[in-house]
Amino acid sequence: MAWQRRILRVNLDAGTCTEEPLNMEWAMQYIGQRGLATKYLVEEIDPKVDALSPGNKLIMATGPLTGTMASTGGRYSVITKSPLTGAVACSNSGGFIGAEIKHAGWDMIIFEGRAPQPVYLYLENDHAELVPADDIWGKSVWETDEILHAKYQDPLIRIACVGRAAEQGCLYSAIVNDLHRAAGRSGVGTVMASKQLKAVVVRGTKGVSGVRDAKAFFKATSEGKRTLAENAVTGEGLPKMGTQVLMNVINEVGAMPTRNMREVQFEGASKISAEAMHEPRESDGKPNLVTNGACFGCTIACGRISTIDPQHYTVQDKPEYKHASGGLEYEAAWALGSDTGVDDLDALTYANFLCNEDGMDPISFGATVAAAMELYDIGAITTEHTGGLEMKFGSAEALTRAAELVATGEGFGRDLALGSKRLCEKYGHPDLSMTVKGQEFPAYDPRGIQGMGLAYATSNRGACHLRGYTVSSEIMGVPVKTDPLTTDGKAELVKAFQDATAAVDSTGLCVFTTFAWTLEDIAPQVDAACEGGWSPETMLAAGERIWNLERKFNLDAGLTKADDNLPKRLLKDAAKTGPAKGMVNNLDVMLPEYYQLRGWNTDGVPTPETLARLGL
Amino acid sequence: MMLKALQLEPEKCTGCLQCEMACSYENEGLFNPSKSRIKVFTFHDEGRFAPYTCSQCAEAWCMHACPVEAIVINEATGAKDVLEDVCVGCKVCTIACPFGTVNYNADTGKVIKCDLCGGEPACADACPTEAITYVDAEHTGLERMRAHAAQTIPAN
Repeated sequence: MAWQRRILRVNLDAGTCTEEPLNMEWAMQYIGQRGLATKYLVEEIDPKVDALSPGNKLIMATGPLTGTMASTGGRYSVITKSPLTGAVACSNSGGFIGAEIKHAGWDMIIFEGRAPQPVYLYLENDHAELVPADDIWGKSVWETDEILHAKYQDPLIRIACVGRAAEQGCLYSAIVNDLHRAAGRSGVGTVMASKQLKAVVVRGTKGVSGVRDAKAFFKATSEGKRTLAENAVTGEGLPKMGTQVLMNVINEVGAMPTRNMREVQFEGASKISAEAMHEPRESDGKPNLVTNGACFGCTIACGRISTIDPQHYTVQDKPEYKHASGGLEYEAAWALGSDTGVDDLDALTYANFLCNEDGMDPISFGATVAAAMELYDIGAITTEHTGGLEMKFGSAEALTRAAELVATGEGFGRDLALGSKRLCEKYGHPDLSMTVKGQEFPAYDPRGIQGMGLAYATSNRGACHLRGYTVSSEIMGVPVKTDPLTTDGKAELVKAFQDATAAVDSTGLCVFTTFAWTLEDIAPQVDAACEGGWSPETMLAAGERIWNLERKFNLDAGLTKADDNLPKRLLKDAAKTGPAKGMVNNLDVMLPEYYQLRGWNTDGVPTPETLARLGL
Repeated sequence: MMLKALQLEPEKCTGCLQCEMACSYENEGLFNPSKSRIKVFTFHDEGRFAPYTCSQCAEAWCMHACPVEAIVINEATGAKDVLEDVCVGCKVCTIACPFGTVNYNADTGKVIKCDLCGGEPACADACPTEAITYVDAEHTGLERMRAHAAQTIPAN
């Protein structure tokens, strides 16, 4: 079967690494990765624990299809309690480290406690040891990667680590792997650093053997790859344009949050779009985009590899930023660009490089800068607070300097490292924080895409597009087209997307496959690889179980119905332009219907019948 | 029968490693890039990826260097095959090969190298971008020639 059936438990207090068998009974109910690791977290920690205390645990989890030939089968997730939201955190990353952990013979690594001094984990197949991290603590992600590769003289080791931002306590710190892929959201990197765990270094040469039915597996995965190749989004749009293909599309439908969501269309969108990344620049005749790159096993290859214009102000006298590295994805381009009003593609690329280099979630970072710019605009923040930095909407200099300050934890960077919610509270304007459960919004304005309002409000990890991406249906017509401006049927749509996504995440596959695949395509791949009799129905049931397990954790952690909400701006201030002009998000219409469909009471609590039905 | 060869076109490679998994599965029965006979190299700072494997030299250094004649020409495919029963794991071939494409497998104590999967290379089949194809050995440059030829004709 495609699980390795082994967990590595790392006790940072005692400095021990021990092997234990994977709980296969739970695997049959929660599949792997997101679902299964959440089950472990729920069973092992007090939901009310301080997220940055040693009592929290941090789990790195692969899925049964991670490390196999299934297209996109390289994902891993980091599951912990979030310091940003106080809710469950589950941040998913591609790149290569997930497959490497699996190839080393492990399904999951559970970190518990806090190391007495900074350490990193070195894992080579069955050999696991904690090593003092004196040589890398205080270094950036990129420096850490270079030092460890040189130290082990092994180009094939894979590294996930935190940067200086996490060490300095930035609440939206990411865990970056393979230099520019990240478990980005909800501050999972902050938790890792709080445990004095700097890096995880992995080399796996055991591989994945024993898929349940090899013939059926090759048939199902080959058919799946063909479907991805023939689909316009996964076969053409994403490899050529990346997720940035959305920039002009979302702007045109009037759902592009602009200047801290004051507006819903950005006049500079075309300058920071996928199309702009393909345009040769004046200085050296080269475009921003060098090539597209794939994560492990991915036949889509949406990743962007970019360079900054060598003449741009950000890289003068900084040769370390003149090489190619991870370029702008849509969410980053939006948060760093449209949300701050900055339309300088190279400034955005530079800020994105810094987010990778020191492990900041570019969505939360960009949105926090946007909030700071609005606070500056209304006079609540002045240059006295910022150390002279003029935080004006549209200022590329403010954006790039802010990235440098958060990366190193200097000056005003310490305020920005709090995230939008705490920043706006500190400066007396909590309503200006565009967050749900303390997490910053991604790049779809819910006034122009109604279903996303409900998806954000009810997401178990705070505002997020990857927990129920109804944009697929409301804008792109996948799997069926719905009207983005109506609330009709959106409760049902959101629930269906949430449950299916929870199942897909738990397999180790990438959610981007669902532009082309449904559970009808995915279940045969899982079933051929794994015991358990996986069908679209049982996977969807597992997804609903996972969703409710996450919900239950959040309720036990102290969250309530009041946290299933949107900022006033999105509920009271109508969109000023575009197709949604005059509209707000009608969450109040959708939320009661959603609770009912979920089998929750009017307070958003799963009823005993619902829990029993799901085996919780 | 026409002799065929692997044609590698790095500019089409995305670095996904499907080829490495296909190779390890075909030859070892599991998904394990570390046991693949084809390797994809990432040149991160330049944003380039390049698949690389044995090019099946006609006068193969590895074959000539082998003291026990464990590397032989496969008449059907032109590949230089390693006879596992004969190989003693001395690794002289790994030193002789100028390209580094013969390597030692510590698990078996033998060397491994590309054998074109007996004429149906799994890597070419798995590659999603046609960066690896299996074509007429005498015309691996045909597509590049075609592209340059097109430039010699004025556009209409």
